[in-house]
Amino acid sequence: MPEQETTLSILIIDENRLRAAVIEDGLRDAGYSKLTVVHDIVGIARRIADISPDVIVIDLENPNRDVLESMFQLSRAVKRPIAMFVDRSDQAAIEAAVDAGVSAYVVDGLKRERVKPILDMAISRFNAFARMARELEEARSQIESRKLVDRAKGILMKTRGISEADAYALLRKTAMNQNRKISEIAESLITAAGLLAPPEET
Amino acid sequence: MSERRSYEIVAGFMPLLDSAILVAAKEKGFAAAEGIDLTLVRETSWANIRDRMAVGHFQVAHMLAPMPIAANLGLTPLAAKTIAPIALGLGGNAITVSQALWGRMAAHGAKADLDPASVGRALRSTIADRSDVTPRFAVVHPFSGHNYELRYWLAACGIDPERDLEIVYVPPPLMADALRSETIDGYCVGEPWSTAATEDGIGRIVTVKAALWRSSPEKVMGAAADWAEREPEALAALLRALCRSAQWCASPQNHRELAEILAARAFIDRPADWMLYGLSGNLDVGGGEIRHADDFFVPFAKAATFPWKSHALWFYSQMVRWGQVAHTADNAAIARETYRPDLYRGALKPLGVALPSANAKVEGALVTPTPVGSVGASLTLGPDGFFDGALFDPDRLDAYIEAQKR
Repeated sequence: MPEQETTLSILIIDENRLRAAVIEDGLRDAGYSKLTVVHDIVGIARRIADISPDVIVIDLENPNRDVLESMFQLSRAVKRPIAMFVDRSDQAAIEAAVDAGVSAYVVDGLKRERVKPILDMAISRFNAFARMARELEEARSQIESRKLVDRAKGILMKTRGISEADAYALLRKTAMNQNRKISEIAESLITAAGLLAPPEET
Repeated sequence: MSERRSYEIVAGFMPLLDSAILVAAKEKGFAAAEGIDLTLVRETSWANIRDRMAVGHFQVAHMLAPMPIAANLGLTPLAAKTIAPIALGLGGNAITVSQALWGRMAAHGAKADLDPASVGRALRSTIADRSDVTPRFAVVHPFSGHNYELRYWLAACGIDPERDLEIVYVPPPLMADALRSETIDGYCVGEPWSTAATEDGIGRIVTVKAALWRSSPEKVMGAAADWAEREPEALAALLRALCRSAQWCASPQNHRELAEILAARAFIDRPADWMLYGLSGNLDVGGGEIRHADDFFVPFAKAATFPWKSHALWFYSQMVRWGQVAHTADNAAIARETYRPDLYRGALKPLGVALPSANAKVEGALVTPTPVGSVGASLTLGPDGFFDGALFDPDRLDAYIEAQKR
């Protein structure tokens, strides 16, 4: 089935190299081979003229979307009119794309069923990438807060001469009393200790 | 005690000085006082603002005044019906050139006086002098006041904006970078993005929107037409909040505080001092030379938030002039109906502020401040002239368009 689909030329514009790669992989796996990935808008008019893409996929964070769209209107580079998304009447698809943070421009006259799988793929890959980034961020902040708590425990053990278990219990109790996260208590304790520390001996 | 209704409204905005009225409505509590829980979302492109409004993420947004007109005319890739029930002030833009181009213009007689006619003459002879180089100027969007005022200025100075130079598009916060990297030789943009170049010593402000066309329209608050129809009370409450906010923004004693608010990371994310140039109209045109531009940015006085249908029609005339749309009676009607002074009046009547009696005016007709017919408080308009002395009479739209044909 993908035989005719692979003839569609797709341009991916994304400053985020990792995400661009993730989308490229997805489309390649789905049988699309005429893919071009661009990270930078500089010189894009010429690239568009060279590639003559049927579909352009761009992330919504990209500040150059207005620049790209102006090319569809005015530039001699784009020979064919380009509309946005698959079909203006397909509100659900448009919403899903905007929610996912991706936008697609399609050469006029392309059939909906030819473009829909590309957009669906881009949306699912964008969502997957956002999920991945979120999980990574959570993992990072977990590691960060563990480090903070360890340092705070160390300070308490040293200044109060208590055991590690007692130091942890003290932090936890303070956090519960103040209805705050234990890492927040640890952070303010580290800051306070830094401010109150005697000048380093030289 | 009567029950106060409460509304949740999400508004998109771009990091520009003229987002001030929207930002202060939230930060100074004018929205809350009207029962509005207003959420502001900073965006990276006008396209995002348009799209997120189309899918219902935003009910309203800070918009380039021609954007809702272009959307209703079906000229944009994703167009949802949008109305303009209030303007977000007058003026606010400047035209900035690179030091290199300024040097050549100065050799042709350009002076640091912001005078569009003489600076334009100097630019014209500079271009004529070197037919081998075509200067490249940037504006922020094809459907923008910047695009039309830059072209108006050039054309009136005998420079063909499509033959004698090249016009490209660059997002506002990236303008100064583009100038530094010599990708462009000049640009027209809202503050503080001209100040960004003068502060850096890489550019000179040569003229300002207020000098090209005094008291001229720039941004509006666009509202999704279906939302506005469904929630007329929420919209009216927001219009009242914006009017009070505009009044607050206009008062010089609040400028320092407003500058500090706008400077925050969530808004423009640049030094507060940068905002004060535009708010006061005392611009650093380059190298610390301060020039005062009258009415550089007007948030409230002179009915600055009133959505004049003559403004909508002038933008439309320029869309026609530069080949973005064909002139038909139907298209002109779509442009005219995009602006909604009726909603503005209905919402603001209880505030007792000055409401113009007319929906349109002859643009450029007032050479001095002139009292005009109003309801509520008394109202003074003008001066509002175009620098070339032309008039735009919205009742003579066809003739205006005909006269500008190339």
